[in-house]
Amino acid sequence: MRVFAELSYWQQTTLRSVGVLLAVLLPAGAFVQLFLFKLVSFMHNRLGPNEAGPKGSLQLLAEVGKSLQKEDIVPEKADRVLFKMAPYLVVASVLLVYAAVPFGPDAWFTNLDVGIFYILAVSSISVIGILIAGWASANKYSLLGGLRAAGQLIAYELPMVLAVVGVVIQAGTLNLQGIVGAQANGEIFGFGGLGNPFVLTQFIGLAVFMIAMQAELTQTPFDMPVAESELVAGYMTEYSGLRFLLFFIGEFASAGAFAAVAATLFLGGWYLPGLSLTADYMNVVGPLVLFGKMLVLGFIVFWVRFTFPRLREDQLQRFAWTVLIPISLLNILATATLKVVF
Amino acid sequence: MSEFLRSYLTVGVFFGVGVAILYSVLALGGLLRPTRPQPQKYIAYESGVDPVGFGWSQSQIRYYIFALLFVMFDVEAVFIFPWATRLEYYDVFGLVEMVIFIVVLALGLVYAWRKNVLRWI
Repeated sequence: MRVFAELSYWQQTTLRSVGVLLAVLLPAGAFVQLFLFKLVSFMHNRLGPNEAGPKGSLQLLAEVGKSLQKEDIVPEKADRVLFKMAPYLVVASVLLVYAAVPFGPDAWFTNLDVGIFYILAVSSISVIGILIAGWASANKYSLLGGLRAAGQLIAYELPMVLAVVGVVIQAGTLNLQGIVGAQANGEIFGFGGLGNPFVLTQFIGLAVFMIAMQAELTQTPFDMPVAESELVAGYMTEYSGLRFLLFFIGEFASAGAFAAVAATLFLGGWYLPGLSLTADYMNVVGPLVLFGKMLVLGFIVFWVRFTFPRLREDQLQRFAWTVLIPISLLNILATATLKVVF
Repeated sequence: MSEFLRSYLTVGVFFGVGVAILYSVLALGGLLRPTRPQPQKYIAYESGVDPVGFGWSQSQIRYYIFALLFVMFDVEAVFIFPWATRLEYYDVFGLVEMVIFIVVLALGLVYAWRKNVLRWI
């Protein structure tokens, strides 16, 4: 990667900006096409989209083309500025999450010292976007959906943050490259053949993280904010056409983003045992490895989404505050004790 | 400019790029989409019937308790992260300190639990 390092800062940043757009859109598109179009129809035992392109592979493009031609409608009672601002905030928050995820030894966008802390911070910007969307629509369903979403997202953000602490204790750093390195070079009770992917020692953390992730993405069983039988589409009710598509992209791009973060924290990120941690070829292989791990985690998220019924609002809050948070606090104490003792 | 500040500048650039891309996609849609205004299209959607009353209605106070609890635990997380990175250095002393800290916080959670504010009624 010597060639890359010789470029000036602005040239590097331009290349990185193109890269980050690819990193956001490719996994989001893959998730929608593979899981939302194909997997769901397989699981529901019905035909999925199969007309556009060979075996329906161009369905995604058809959907985007359709949305581009829809009339842009802003309700007359809505707060126009806020109404138009909300989708920007939701999508920008996902983009900023990807900015700190490493894809290879040199293939990163920004290598922040406080990487994971930064990710947890910017991922909650989308809550503000959703609240704004719910409020600005001047619609009762939207307002209820927006408030439900805010209540749910903040309740499940805590277990997610606390689950990450266990990983930070083990790795001793907040830098995501450092966390990948710690997993690659770690050893479990003296056996270092596999490294130490934290899924083995932090499986409680991973379980809590995945449940919280399901809720942060407002996927079933935690889809109260957009419950179609109660709230039409929650905070998205008044959005149509392209602006609705932006929310939709934001939702699936953040599914990809959270899967990437979980893969980096718990599954070893872009590294696989047996590969080199520093060689140049990892800048090509690394992103593919990470993408494969993201697909595995994404599959679990959508599998749960398609098979579970929806929780009630009170069950949802009770589960976060009285089950997940105590478990993750105990997990922190147990991890810290083990770290100090061994 | 130092490496540290530069990486945050990159974050700022990414935000700008994201907003610019979204804006240009919406502008592209503006070239393609029709505009045929009719007053009925701009009424708030309430499952087909004309909306009753005002969209910005009052909502439940219960949200505020959860927001309050959230602030408490989120601030706690800010304290835990620096400790977690330096645990090896502080060793047993750090562990005992953090056990006390977390137990105090857990007492707060138990208090809220016993006072039934965690129930969504």
